[in-house]
Amino acid sequence: MTLDLLPLGQRARIVAVDWSRLVEEEAIRLQALGVDLGATVSLSHRGIFGGRDPLALAIGRMTVALRRAHARAIEVETL
Amino acid sequence: MTQRRAALVGNPNAGKSALFNALTGARQKIANYPGVTVERKAGRMTLPGGEVIELTDLPGSYGLNATSPDEEVTRKVILGEFEGEPMPEVLVVVLDASNLEQHLVFAQEVIALGRPTVAALNMMDLAERDGLVVDPLALQEGLGVPVIATVAVRRRGLTELAQAIAVAEDRPAEHHRPHTTLTERRVTAHAIAEAAIVSESSRHRLHAKLDKLFLHPWLGPLILIGLLFVMFQAVFSWATPFADGIEAGIAWLSEQAVQNLPGGVIRDLITEGILAGVGQVVVFLPQILILFFFILAMEASGYMARAAFLMDRLMAGVGLSGRSFIPLLSSFACAIPGIMATRSITDPKDRLTTILVAPLMTCSARLPVYAMIIAAFIPNMKVMGGIGLQGLVLLGLYLFGIVAAMVVALVLRRSVTKGAASGFIMELPKYQMPRLGDLLIALWQRAWIFLRRAGTIIFMVTVVLWLLLSFPRAEPGQNQIDASIAGRLANGLAVVVEPIGFNRDIALSLIPAMAAREVAVSALATSYAVGAGDEEQQAQQLGERLRGKWSLATALAFLAWFVFAPQCMSTIAVTRRETNGWKWPTFMLVYLFGLAYLFAGLTYWTAVWFGLG
Repeated sequence: MTLDLLPLGQRARIVAVDWSRLVEEEAIRLQALGVDLGATVSLSHRGIFGGRDPLALAIGRMTVALRRAHARAIEVETL
Repeated sequence: MTQRRAALVGNPNAGKSALFNALTGARQKIANYPGVTVERKAGRMTLPGGEVIELTDLPGSYGLNATSPDEEVTRKVILGEFEGEPMPEVLVVVLDASNLEQHLVFAQEVIALGRPTVAALNMMDLAERDGLVVDPLALQEGLGVPVIATVAVRRRGLTELAQAIAVAEDRPAEHHRPHTTLTERRVTAHAIAEAAIVSESSRHRLHAKLDKLFLHPWLGPLILIGLLFVMFQAVFSWATPFADGIEAGIAWLSEQAVQNLPGGVIRDLITEGILAGVGQVVVFLPQILILFFFILAMEASGYMARAAFLMDRLMAGVGLSGRSFIPLLSSFACAIPGIMATRSITDPKDRLTTILVAPLMTCSARLPVYAMIIAAFIPNMKVMGGIGLQGLVLLGLYLFGIVAAMVVALVLRRSVTKGAASGFIMELPKYQMPRLGDLLIALWQRAWIFLRRAGTIIFMVTVVLWLLLSFPRAEPGQNQIDASIAGRLANGLAVVVEPIGFNRDIALSLIPAMAAREVAVSALATSYAVGAGDEEQQAQQLGERLRGKWSLATALAFLAWFVFAPQCMSTIAVTRRETNGWKWPTFMLVYLFGLAYLFAGLTYWTAVWFGLG
């Protein structure tokens, strides 16, 4: 499934990223933050006032904010 | 011997600024790197041997593969490719001990350059809080450069770090080694971190708990609104005693001048020109500082990034992202740091849109104008069960500015800055108790910038205006303002602004206010003081004067004008610099003056229709 559909708190591993769906700077930034094949991630927060955007992604010891549009390019499998 | 240099490099949020403050104290110089608009922070640092070196705080960077102008500067400086900026002799890699693996990725790139390098293992206290025990010696083993454990905010490890910088040596550059890929560096980082982390308890981390509260889908936004409310409340209530003190001080100075100087042109220049003009503006320093204090505290504590997260959805609605929230919030203090803060926005169209709407945020320079008009024309009474009407009008002006900015952004994103929907990728740093000393240093820098502005631009404009108003001298029986050069210039402008209810005095104040909005107040103060016949009249409060000369409709139109009018040369100048040309500042001037004229007119005509003219 893609990352945007991952339930909150569920740990998952990144198995594929469709970099072509992202702007180049965004792809570099995400990679710099550790979002890449093999990384273990989970979603800790999603949106405000019942909305679904943006997402707070727990990766390593960091929390990274990103949009659902980015998460859709990231394929994960639950652990 | 020339002065040696060292530079701090590292990921954003490594605590570089706190470390920089701790190492250099308040002896800092802030300027721009030549040719680009990235802030260069440098300071003097004394090494244990007595040698004084220059320490620079390079912009935070995730790697040598730059994606923003800030990162580009860092890359060029440490590679020695930045023209006009000598290469630092010693590199100090700053690592966040509580996020070691991530920070080691960039650290490897820096160390591989083979330059004299020292690593500061910073934020050891946060690591301990998270239940991490890191061994600096094991890390030193893994990295091959000296590692010093520091807690910048608690001043720990600074002497040891200074010692290490003093003796830092060249190491054999690893040129023979092929350039590593990001994936390789990540694998190595993992291995080094694994070896350096002695133990790791699964204690629940504080920042996750705080995020549960601050990023809560319902509570989070309410907390943010509450915080902003407290912030603006503080700006207006806490500042009053300080402002009163400054006002009293200026009145005293003016009195001294009147008593001790012989009457004449020089004394008039000092009392009517300099003290009346600059004084009216300096009075607002306390409010500006309180607003900046809140913004700096929000940034230093890590909350600002959460605010950006919470605002992202709303900003996405007008085609921007949460990243635009920080520059726009800063613009409430001053559009200049706000526009400069847009550098952190990677998407160029996003950034341009944010720059173009930033002047619509009610900056502190408008406060003098708003405060004076409101105090003079809006009755100090309670409405709807205890809410002050004056405060309500002020809040209304702020909201007017915000709504206008949102609507303009929406329109721009569909026309001139049309492009793909913007993204929002941002690290949410760990929460940290800000150190008061660090906040005060930053606050002092802001105060200094403002006072320098008040001391130079505003001072000069005030004096020039006073000269234009005072010469040529009026014939007996003739009004001084009508006789003056400025009076004649204003007569021309008055024709243009007459339809929107502005009188000649307003036209006169708008001319010097092109330099900075707050000058409108000092210009009105100067022109009414000059117009007065004797000292007693001159001492009369400016507010009372305005009430006698303006209708309520005119006053309201004047307020509406200043919600939009781009009357700040510094903003225009900084926009030109940030957008590399005159195209966008010109666009900004035209659209903002257009809206100012339109909305001042609409306000005036509506007010007159209601019988307030």
